[in-house]
Order: sequence, then structure tokens, then C-alpha cells
Amino acid sequence: MDNDLLQFALFFALLIAIAVPLGAYMAATFAGDVRFLAPVETALLRAAGTAATTEQRWTSYALALLAFNAAGFALLYLVLVFQDVLPLNPQGFAGLPAHLAFNTAISFVTNTNWQSYGGETTLSNFSQMVGLTTQNFVSAAAGMAVAAAVARGLAARQSKAIGNFWVDLTRATLYILLPGAIVLALVFAVCGMPQTLAAAFDATTLEGGRQTLAVGPVASQVAIKQLGTNGGGFFNVNSAHPFENPTALTNFLSTLAILAIPAAFCFTYGRMVGDRRQGRALFAAMALLFVAGFAAIYAAEQAGNPLQAGLVDAGTGNMEGKEVRFGVLGSTLWASATTAASNGSVNAMHDSFTPLGGMVAMLNIQLGEVVFGGVGVGLTGMLLFVILAVFLAGLMVGRTPEYLGKKIEAREVKLAALTLLVMPLGVLVLAALAIAAGTAQASVQDAGPHGLSELLYAYSSATGNNGSAFAGFSANTAWHNTFLGIAMMLGRFGYIIPVLAIAGSLAAKKTAPATAGTFPTHGALFVVLLLATILIVGALTFLPVLALGPIAEQVSLIAGRTF
Amino acid sequence: MSKHSPAEYGLLAPEIAGPAAIQAFRKLDPRSLARNPVIFSTALVSLVATVLAAREAMAGGPNAFIGIQIAVWLWFTVLFANFAEAVAEGRGKARADAFRATKSAAKAKVLASLKDRTAVSARDIARVEVGELILVEAGDTIPTDGEVMEGVASVDESAITGESAPVIRESGGDRSSVTGGTRLVSDWLVVRVTARPGETFLDRMIALVEGAKRQKTPNEIALDILLAGLTLVFLLVVVTLPAFASWSGTQVPVIYLVALFVTLIPTTIGGLLSAIGIAGMERLVKANVVAKSGRAVEAAGDIDVLLLDKTGTITFGNRMADAFEPAPGVSERELADAALLASLADETPEGKSIVELARRRFDLAPAPEADAQFVPFSAHTRMSGVDLPGGEAIRKGASDAMAALSGAPLSPAVDQIVKRIGSSGGTPLVVARDRRVLGVIHLKDVVKPAIRERFAELRRMGIRTVMITGDNPLTAAAIAAEAGVDDFLAEATPERKLELIRREQSEGRLVAMCGDGSNDAPALAQADVGVAMNTGTPAAKEAGNLIDLDSDPTKLIEIVLVGKQLLISRGALTTFSVANDVAKYFAILPALFLAAYPGLGVLDVMGLGSPQSAILSAVIFNALVIVALIPIALKGVRYTPASASALLRRNLLVYGLGGLVVPFIGIKAIDLLVDLLHLA
Repeated sequence: MDNDLLQFALFFALLIAIAVPLGAYMAATFAGDVRFLAPVETALLRAAGTAATTEQRWTSYALALLAFNAAGFALLYLVLVFQDVLPLNPQGFAGLPAHLAFNTAISFVTNTNWQSYGGETTLSNFSQMVGLTTQNFVSAAAGMAVAAAVARGLAARQSKAIGNFWVDLTRATLYILLPGAIVLALVFAVCGMPQTLAAAFDATTLEGGRQTLAVGPVASQVAIKQLGTNGGGFFNVNSAHPFENPTALTNFLSTLAILAIPAAFCFTYGRMVGDRRQGRALFAAMALLFVAGFAAIYAAEQAGNPLQAGLVDAGTGNMEGKEVRFGVLGSTLWASATTAASNGSVNAMHDSFTPLGGMVAMLNIQLGEVVFGGVGVGLTGMLLFVILAVFLAGLMVGRTPEYLGKKIEAREVKLAALTLLVMPLGVLVLAALAIAAGTAQASVQDAGPHGLSELLYAYSSATGNNGSAFAGFSANTAWHNTFLGIAMMLGRFGYIIPVLAIAGSLAAKKTAPATAGTFPTHGALFVVLLLATILIVGALTFLPVLALGPIAEQVSLIAGRTF
Repeated sequence: MSKHSPAEYGLLAPEIAGPAAIQAFRKLDPRSLARNPVIFSTALVSLVATVLAAREAMAGGPNAFIGIQIAVWLWFTVLFANFAEAVAEGRGKARADAFRATKSAAKAKVLASLKDRTAVSARDIARVEVGELILVEAGDTIPTDGEVMEGVASVDESAITGESAPVIRESGGDRSSVTGGTRLVSDWLVVRVTARPGETFLDRMIALVEGAKRQKTPNEIALDILLAGLTLVFLLVVVTLPAFASWSGTQVPVIYLVALFVTLIPTTIGGLLSAIGIAGMERLVKANVVAKSGRAVEAAGDIDVLLLDKTGTITFGNRMADAFEPAPGVSERELADAALLASLADETPEGKSIVELARRRFDLAPAPEADAQFVPFSAHTRMSGVDLPGGEAIRKGASDAMAALSGAPLSPAVDQIVKRIGSSGGTPLVVARDRRVLGVIHLKDVVKPAIRERFAELRRMGIRTVMITGDNPLTAAAIAAEAGVDDFLAEATPERKLELIRREQSEGRLVAMCGDGSNDAPALAQADVGVAMNTGTPAAKEAGNLIDLDSDPTKLIEIVLVGKQLLISRGALTTFSVANDVAKYFAILPALFLAAYPGLGVLDVMGLGSPQSAILSAVIFNALVIVALIPIALKGVRYTPASASALLRRNLLVYGLGGLVVPFIGIKAIDLLVDLLHLA
């Protein structure tokens, strides 16, 4: 317990130690001050028919992003459907069925990395490396570009431009993701993660039996899956697989890598808007939510299953579905990080957590992926809540609400209010639809409220662009592949487009200087208001279903009732 | 603040509440409901609930009694919201009726030209065009707004300003404007009509307080959108709930879903929103300010910079004696004595202030001598004084004039005093007895008492004050320091004023100013909030977006407060409304799902009587809280100038935390009552 606390404290201290300088570096990157690959950058941009000096309005920026994602989707879809005729397919896997290819393509383009397929039994090396890993990089870079554009919009003074999508995309990939992934992949390989183009090898087990073990270019894909809040594993069981997460060190580094860039974005933002206190305030809000979420999951798992009280050693907590190597701390810290940061990789099965532990992981996602969140988009998601909180705060102090000197008016409120609909639409409406159609009942593994949790988790994970699976939900059906795909699109573009529109509209506004009558958005008071806004919106939206799912399950467990 | 005698009703006086109750039913008209999305949704849902309850009752179902009660309370929710609006409108209407009573029914006396005041044709005022000339005589009510072209008259403006002392109106200058509804006490005026029929000042005021032409202000529109968004979120939550409930085989009666929906959507703020807006306008009218748009009032709450004319706003505008500064060899007492004698019969404010200062300094009692001959000030001599019976001549006047009088330049000592007073922003008045210079009276522009505190208050609110004056920079700086303004513009011309406003605006600040003269018009139009004095010229009144009937330049501070209070009331009640939902969930969710999962009883933290009474109590609380908050909506949330952080902390505590806690207590109390009466 004390050891766990110490580990967590160390983890958190290291996270801050990484995030602050990384944030500064990323700010410099998006400002164009990092130039060590300038020739490559210029060549790439010239090939794309643009230049670093070309500025875009928010509409062109959003259109460029949409076009890029549409092209990426089409390419990936084709690669997956025709992987049987493409090279690097040593196991001779067949092409994917249309609905699975659709789901997977959407999943990787939207940085969700939800896996309806089992990686090592479905996809060729070509599909993994050329198809998925490409999107692992560029979908993350696209999210980072959005954050950079939004920060620019807030910092701009009566300007129409918010940057250039192609430039931001290129710089995020070249200067942040690629170097980071290369370093991390090498470290992982050193730690024992496979990195090979071979498909599998035969091993003799301790008992003398023979077993075929699948391998492949694991380290390179795992590095970017963590850094880019992707989460799509090489293996079906993700980082619970010993080849994907061989040691305690890779586990610790992976958890750090999950949060590094999302946390650093707070500091990047502070620098880009020219007021570092603003970034620190957002970091504080996210960190508080993260710590609270972790504490809740950890407490729930440490408390264990009430039905097994006295049957197992109380000290070990709930070990069902957890790697013995990682224990409760290693698993719950990962679970909090991966659900907070919209990463989605797992090292334990959330399905096997206690109902309350699983619920908090699910709530992390349902809050809108703003607890650090996905790379870039976590920050912009948080900024949408900032706008709502600022609006209420502004009214309460008797001034037209302002954020960073920009007046928040009907247009911004309209766009921010629109994004409030994304989570209920993607989670509540689509899950209810599946229940009404009967497809939900057919896909869940467990009876009773736990089955409902499995369904809710799947649609929350898709809409939140998280991609982690609760497990226990057979998503690979035509219905769920299609609707989860829709949920992923909704959860990605339903936030990105409005937030870019807000950035465009704020960029054009005058910046009013702060006075004693302006409400400071970097203090503790504002952080409290922001947290209250996030929690109340999340709670009001999801309390009824959570009561019917995990809460009902937990109270039934306590009463000794199983389903 | 108000000097109005009519229409000061208590918040819910029977004269207002009675008609408002009837009006609440009239407002069930869908066209009227549709203006408010939240309340419109509530009404639609109430209709559904009514149909469901009626069907259940006819079928003799088990939920008939509770269903009917829920339906009834849902309708009450709508009616209470309507009632809140109707009360606000009713109070405005009472004020409007008082204004309307002053409108003249008499025909206007239209003149063909300025030349002949006898060629009058009587015509209905509704058919008098802008630009036509009308004659108004003693005893007449001025039929419409206009500008005096000829004549001088005293006008009783009490009907609109509440001020009973008549004021002088004359052609030319800054007192040429007359307002319809005021009455001529003496003499006559020829007035050029400046307002189209139905668009006079009085008409605007009536429309404003009645809320008839009330347009939603920008922040109100934004809030409306947010509330609509929340309503949609809750719609999705409630509509999908039966599917999730069916997972455990639970069938949620539709009437309960309806109840859940209405308690979750922000009916509290939705129901009170328009009442807050109307009441805010009424508060403004009560302060004798007419806003041409709601936008201007809201902008007033946002301003960063306040431009104030020095004369009349910051200072009294009259120079007053501040000190006696004797020449070498003369005692101060001797100087004071002479100054007093010279001023005893002087009726000018300066003269009076000299008498006052002498009394204060040396307790010199004024004892005018019978045969003293007062010599009034003339532009030619530039001095005044008194010739005493004993042949003594005492004079006071401008230094150069006095030097000419004494026939020699002023002594270096006196000259130095004169220069020093001049450079400090004061006016030196040299006193001489029989051509011997006794010393100098220091006349000073006296800053109004308590104005310093007002500026400090503004500073706390984050508003910077800038004094505008025609004085030289030296004088201006002295007065600015004394009054405690943050900045000043000296040697101001209309162009420099306009330039200052533009510069502040280009830096992102919102600027407010007040003015009365025609040369203020461009600046008034450029400012984000321009308050025109009602005594001002038509051009100034046209350019401003607010008009102050009392013509009191410090009124801007009042307007700022009203604007802020308007926003704070909306924000505070929104926060309260949303925070309330938490308790409602804790009441309704266990009630809905207890049968399927008995363990969910842990969510029933209030320990409510039964599932039925829990739902009914939440619905009743939701309806009653609207009524309970009507007084706050009408009076506005308390506002004391403070920093934004202090305000937010207070309002979050009262309305955020209060909004979380109050419904737990309220619902529990109602539940006890419901149980006691066996309503569920």
C-alpha cells in the first residue's frame, strides 16, 4: 500500500518532469522554431503544394483535415480489404469483410484504435505496418494540429488565420511523434519486445509441448500506440500480452508514454497563448480529475470482490483479469491513464474489474476525454468545457463572459453546447438503439447489469475515441462494426469541427485587456468551477445508465446477488 | 434613487399579482410559449402527461391518481413561469400607465411658419410630421418631443423625471430640448417636432417598461442556446432510458419519464429568464434612464473605461473661494474682512462662497451697511466690489484689471501668489481697498464630495475613469489628482474626445461616456455606451443609446450596476437551476429502479416515503422553486461592487452550493407533506 503510494507519487512526479519541457518543445515546434529536419519538411510541404508561410482560415483548415482523413480512410479501407493480394502477408490472411474494414479504417483514422479484429490472427504485416501504423502517426498528428490551431486562434488578435493544417501535421509528425517513437521503440526492443518481420516461431514449452508464438514488428507499433494515444495493440490482448509488455519497466514507461503528450499539451497551450498560468490551470484541472479517478479505481480494486471476502487474501485485492506481474497498482494506474487519455491500450481486462472500478474507467471516457484526453483533442475538449464554465462565470460576475480577453458570445456558446450532444448521442442513443434492435443482447457475454456495462463501455470507448475494450463484448458483427464506426466519427469530428469553428471566430475578435472586473481563468476558483462543470455535465448525462449498470451491479454484489 | 410617486408596488402586491395570475393562463397560447424553448417543451410534455393520465384514469389503472397529480403540477410549472413573466410585465405596465396618463389628448397647435404665431391650426398630434412647428403656451402639455426654436419658458417635467421644480427651456444652446408629456408653466414656446408619432420619448419608455418591444439581449440569446442544448441532452437521456431499463426487465411508466424530463431541464431559469430581463429594464426606468436597446444596458455592465466631463460631473462647475492669501504686511483677517464686505451683496456663486469662507475662517458675521453701494461685475471693468458710505472703495477682480486700477504693477510677492494659484488650477481674485492691494482670494474648482469614493468603487469593479476637461493640462492634473480619477484628457476638443474613444476601443476596451451638447454627438455615437442628458440637444439625444431624464452625469454608475445585476441574476439562477438536478436524480432514480435492484436504495439519501411520493415531490419542488425565486428575479441578485473573483466566489457559494443543497431539503420536506396528506 505504502509502496503503491510511493510508486504513484514517482509516476506523477516523472510525468510532470517530462510534460513541462516537452510542452515547451512542442510549442516551439508549432511556432516553427524547431528546424532540424527543415529540408525534409520543406520538401514534404512542397509536394503537398503548400508552404510554411501559407495561412488558412478555420474553414480551410477544417476542410484540409477532413480531406486528409477521408483520403486516409479510403486508403486504409482498401489495404484491409485487399490484404490477401498485397505483399508482406506471411500467414496468408484473407481480406477483411467490408464492415470490419470500415470499422477498422474509421477506428485508426479517428485515433480511436478500437479493435474489432484480433491483430495477430487477422492482419498481415503489411496491413499492420503500412495501414495501421501510418494512421497511428498521422491521426495523432492531426489531433495535435487541431490543438495548435485552436491555441493560435485564442492568441490571435483580429486575424482570420489559425495556421496551416499541412504544416502543423507535418511538424507534429516529423519533430514530435517520429523522434519520440523511434527512441521509445528502441528502449522497448532493448527491454525485450520483439521487432521482426517474421510471423511466428515454434517454441518448446516447459512441459515439452510445442507451441507456435506469433511475433512481428511489435516494438515500433507499441511505441507509437502509446505516444499517440492510439492504443491499438499488435496482439489481441494488447499490453497484457508478454511480448507487448514484457517487463515492469516497459509497463511503467508505457503508462508514462500514454500521458506524456496529452499532459504536455497543457504547457504547450500556455506558451502558445502567451500566458503560462492558463496552461497550468488546465493541467491542474486535468490532474485533479486524473488523481481522483485513479484513487477511486485503485480503492475499488484493492477492496476486492465482496463475494470473495474471506476466500482470498484481502491484501491482494481483486486480481481477476489482471496480470500477476503488474498487480493492482500497475493495472489500475494503467487503466486510469488509458481511459483518461483516450489511449485505449490495456494491460488488464477492465471487464474483470469490480463494478465500481470499471465504472470509473468508463466515466473517465464519458466525461468527454478531457482528463488529459487524446493528443491535442483532449486539450481542445477541455477548452470546450472552459468556454461553458467561463460563460457561467462571466454571467455571475456581471460581465459579458471573456476568455483570454475574447468575448464568448452566442456563436461560441452555440458551438460548445452542440458538442454537449456528442456523448449522449454516441453512447446513449446508439446503445439504446442496439438494445431495441436486440443486437446488444446478442453480443454481451454476461447477464444482468454487467452485460449493460459491457455494452455501454463499448459505445463510450468508440464515441470517446478511446478504443479500449471492456472485453466481454463481441463487437465484430455487421451491426456493431457499423454503429461503433459511426460513434467514432461522431466522437472525433463532432468535437473537432465545432472547436475549430470556435477558434476561427475567436481569432477574429478583439482582445480586451484584463481589468479587476475580468474574471481570472488561472486561479483555483476557476479550476473548481471548471471541474464542477465537467462533473455535473458528465454526471447528469450518465448517472441514470450508470445506476442501471455498474452501480446496480455493485449494490447487488454487496447484497450477495449475482446474475 | 427614484423620485416617482406612482406605481411603487410591493413585489407581489395584489394589484399586480391578480391580473398576472389571469395573464399566466392567457400566456398558454402556443405562440406566446414558443418564444421560450424550455417552457415550451415543458408545456408540450405537460400535454402528453395530461393525455396519459386521463387514459390511465379512464382505464382505472394503478397510476391514475399519481399521474393526474404529476400532470397538474407540470401545468403549474408552466403557469408559474408564465406568472413570473406576467408579474414583471404587470409592474412595468403600471409604470407605463402612469406615463400614458401624461400624454396629451389635446390637439397640437400647428404653425405655418416662425413669423406669425397667430396663424395656428389645430391638428391631431398623430398627424403632425417631423419638422413641423407647433406652438405651446402656458398651461399646455407639450404634445411631442421637439426642439425649441423660439421663446423662453419654464417647464414642469415632473411627469417624466419626478423633479417638481420647473426648468427653463429656451432656443439655442444646450437647453433647447423639450419632451412630450411635460407641461409649460409660464410663457410660450415655438417647438420644432423631432419625433415621429408613436416614437416619442414617452412612447419608447412605455414600450420599454411594458416589455412589448423587448428584444433579447446578446447574452440572453447565448444563454437561451445553452439552455436549449441542455434540454436536448436531457431529452436524449430520458428518451433512451426505457431501453436501458428494459435490460433488467423494468418498465418505466411514461408518466414518470415525463416527470424526470421536466425536473431535469432547466425550467427554473427558463421560467424566470424573461422576468429577469423585463425587471432589469424596469429598474433602469426607475432610475430615470431610458435605454434605446437592451444591448446598451448589457454593454454598460461590460465597460472598461468611463469618460466623464469635469464640469458638473466631477466638480460643481462653479469656482469657490478656498483660501485668503494676504500681501506682505496685511493680515489674513484684514484681507478676509475686505473680501467679505466686497462680496456681501454679490449674488454670484463665487461671491457667496467668499462670504461662506470668511464666516468659516474667522466667524465674520455678515452685517451689510445700509448705505453701501454694490458695484456689480461687468465685462468691461472685470471687477466688482462695494463703495462704503465712508468713501472707502473695495474691489476684487482679475489680477491685470486690479493692477490697472491701482495704477502700478502688482508687487512681486502678490504676483507670485497669483502665478502660483493659476498654475495649481485655481483662479486668483485680487482684492484692493482704496487701490491698495490687500491680497488674493484663491478660487478653486471644487470637487464634489463623495465622488472620490465613487471612483474607488468603479476601480474595484475594474472600470477606469477618465476626466475630460477644456482646462490646461496643469489645472486638469491638479483636479484629476484631487478627484481620484485614473486619467484625464486636458484641453479637450470634440475631435480629441472622439480620438480618445477610438484609441481605447482599438485596444479592445469598451468605452462609456455621457454628454449633452451637439458637439458631443459624434463621441456619443462612437462610444459603446453613450448616455445623453435629457436636457441636451436633439443631436446628442439621437446619438446616445441611453438617455438620462435627470440629466445627472454620475448616473452612468447606476447604469453600470443595473447592467451587471442583470447578467448576474441570469448567471446565478442558471447555476442554481442546473445544480438542482443532482438532488432530483437522487430522488427519482432510486424510485424508478428500486424494484429491479433493491440495493439502489442507497441512492435514496433523502429517505423518501415511497417511489411515487419521491417523484411527485421532485415535480412539486421543481414547480414551487420558480415561484420562490420570483422575488430574486424581479429585484435582481444582490450586487455590491467587488472584484470579479470575490463576486464569483460569493455567487458560486450561494447559488452553486445552495443549488446543490436546497433541493435535498425542499424535496424531503415536500415528501413528508405528501406522505402526510396521503397524496401518493
